[in-house]
Amino acid sequence: MAFAAFATAEVQPQAPRKKSRIALFLLLPGILYLVLFFLTPLVSLVLTSLQAPSEFGDIGQYDYAFNWQNYVDVVEAYWPHILRSFGYALAATVLALAFSYPLAYFIGVKARRWPLLQSLMLVLVIAPFFISFLLRTLAWKQILSDESFIITSLKALSLMAPDAHFTGTPFAVIFGLTYNFIPFMTLPLYTTLERLDLRYLEAGSDLYANPFTVFRKVTIPLSMPGIVAGTLLTFIPAAGDYVNASRDFLGGPDTQMMGNVIEANFLVLLNYPAAAALSIILMSAILVLVGVYVKRSGTEDLL
Amino acid sequence: MSTRPLPQDPMIRSLIAQARQSQLNRRTLLAGAGAGATALALAACSTGGGQAKPTAAADKSETDKTLNWANWAAYIDEDEDGNYPTLVRFTEETGIEVNYEVAVDDNNTYYGKVKDQLALGKDIGADTVCLTDWMVGRWIRFGYTQELNHDNIPNLANLTPALADPDFDPGRKFSVPWQGGFAGIAWNKEAIPGGLASVSDLWDSSLKGRVGVLSEMRDTMGCIMLDMGVDIAGDWGDEEYTAAIEVLRQQVEDGQVRNIKGNSYLEDLKSEDTLAAIVWSGDITVLNAEAGDKWEFALPSAGGTLWNDNFLVPVGSPRKTNAETLINYYYEPEVAAEVAAWVNYITPVVGAKEAAVAIDPELAENQLIFPNEETLSQAHIFRTLSGAEEQKYQAEFQSILLGS
Repeated sequence: MAFAAFATAEVQPQAPRKKSRIALFLLLPGILYLVLFFLTPLVSLVLTSLQAPSEFGDIGQYDYAFNWQNYVDVVEAYWPHILRSFGYALAATVLALAFSYPLAYFIGVKARRWPLLQSLMLVLVIAPFFISFLLRTLAWKQILSDESFIITSLKALSLMAPDAHFTGTPFAVIFGLTYNFIPFMTLPLYTTLERLDLRYLEAGSDLYANPFTVFRKVTIPLSMPGIVAGTLLTFIPAAGDYVNASRDFLGGPDTQMMGNVIEANFLVLLNYPAAAALSIILMSAILVLVGVYVKRSGTEDLL
Repeated sequence: MSTRPLPQDPMIRSLIAQARQSQLNRRTLLAGAGAGATALALAACSTGGGQAKPTAAADKSETDKTLNWANWAAYIDEDEDGNYPTLVRFTEETGIEVNYEVAVDDNNTYYGKVKDQLALGKDIGADTVCLTDWMVGRWIRFGYTQELNHDNIPNLANLTPALADPDFDPGRKFSVPWQGGFAGIAWNKEAIPGGLASVSDLWDSSLKGRVGVLSEMRDTMGCIMLDMGVDIAGDWGDEEYTAAIEVLRQQVEDGQVRNIKGNSYLEDLKSEDTLAAIVWSGDITVLNAEAGDKWEFALPSAGGTLWNDNFLVPVGSPRKTNAETLINYYYEPEVAAEVAAWVNYITPVVGAKEAAVAIDPELAENQLIFPNEETLSQAHIFRTLSGAEEQKYQAEFQSILLGS
């Protein structure tokens, strides 16, 4: 910065001025918005999660209480779904990273010489967003149904057992999650790799590092912000996703995730406290996991 | 953090100094508490456990000649231009402008959408809705419906006697049937040329992984219980229900039943992921017309379930009389026959069959649209559950749907 030269003259750090009322006034709409549309629903959710069934009440009737037992109950009843959600989300994130990194590296580094190819490939990454992801997931379900060309061919080649299915299996759900969230992984990776200074790689090789070491010690650390952003953008929505695992899409009765459990409790069983308690567990679990992850990957400054 | 030396950049220096200043002090604590209290107060405004029954809105039908009707998809006669011929004639006859909206795609999601307004007695944007028996039962129990004035519906005399006195609405004070249907079994005629006769046939090992059942608890469990010899309309309890649940749980865990779905089960039949399933009668007629004559529907030998969707007037609607006029119109046999010919469901209107002969004699013989006594004797209505039973039985059914 040009004025940095003058700045060195000011030895004394400038004391922060008094909080101006104008700043507060300008912040007011934002704060009101947060209170109204974030804080209020959150408080309402916490209150709902502690409700107890009304005495002599009908289905779906609850009173405000401090019934923390709801949390114990939902964990006891749905711990497999909680573990499954995070397991599937983790698998999808790892797979998405494995597919996206080479792709993003190619677009962001190798294709630098051909800007046209670069933009074309970026368009291809973003293009699926032009179609609703519900439709795309339904299309996959049809493409991979039992009597489809792909599945019958795989069976003919003995790559699949004759009575095996694709839809309704955990594999299908992880496939769907990976497919649907891959652009969220590719784009942040691309933006960091696109700015990767290739002279660092050259310097690495000049110092007798083999290509693998250069990749491990230079490229990966430099693209860490993209990896962290991409994994977060994939993991968080994937853990809460309820479309791919839904029985109407790629899932079956034994692949249900937390989102599906919350939906069933809210819409069918009218067990609002259980649905709210599960939502809060999901939210806090993600918060803790993400916190630990960001701390461990040492990138808190980059977020 | 505080041990780190300040960076050189003056902008960042001042930002850090600013940030250090705004550490937690009494004022910010108070501000935070204020925001929290506001949020709490706002959150308390939501309808939590209100159990007082709402009061009905005043009727302005005299001056307001409009009507909003929320219904299911493909549930009324429609011409090529997307108009509803019977509704157009209704408007010509009565001058009431009808806004027909396909707003219901599932009893539960629709309920989830409107329940808070209903509890407050607010207008939900629909003056009449068609919902299934058990959901209507819930609305009536909660006081979410308005009592109908039968003087405005003289054609109600045409209602099939069998539907005149259901246990959830004795005397049809709050609801009037719109269309009904059967839940039974259907199979792919190419894959299963021999056909199926009973629900037990679905558990045959040759169909492993290719069987579907409905996510509508009453239809799936009703068919299974009938197969076990239970009279679902009569007096049954936990023991019978649990026995049937165990059958379903076994079949799902063994992988015999591939999936449990609502309306989207039709896609699985089309893609042949499922070859045989518990289904709704009208859908199969439509599917055969759409995708080639490949499927056959039958009521299982032990009987299938019979359900009805019913008109009701939500508590907040200010146009009850208009709704009653509409119901009366659709209880004219000629109009009912016209609708039945298009939607392929069972009409509750006596005389519609005779009127249908004029449209299409073959149609009048279709047992799935105009069932005779013999067919009807095979169809049973699932008895109404109390709130506690509903909660318990649904929870058990959902535990299968959600797996473990």
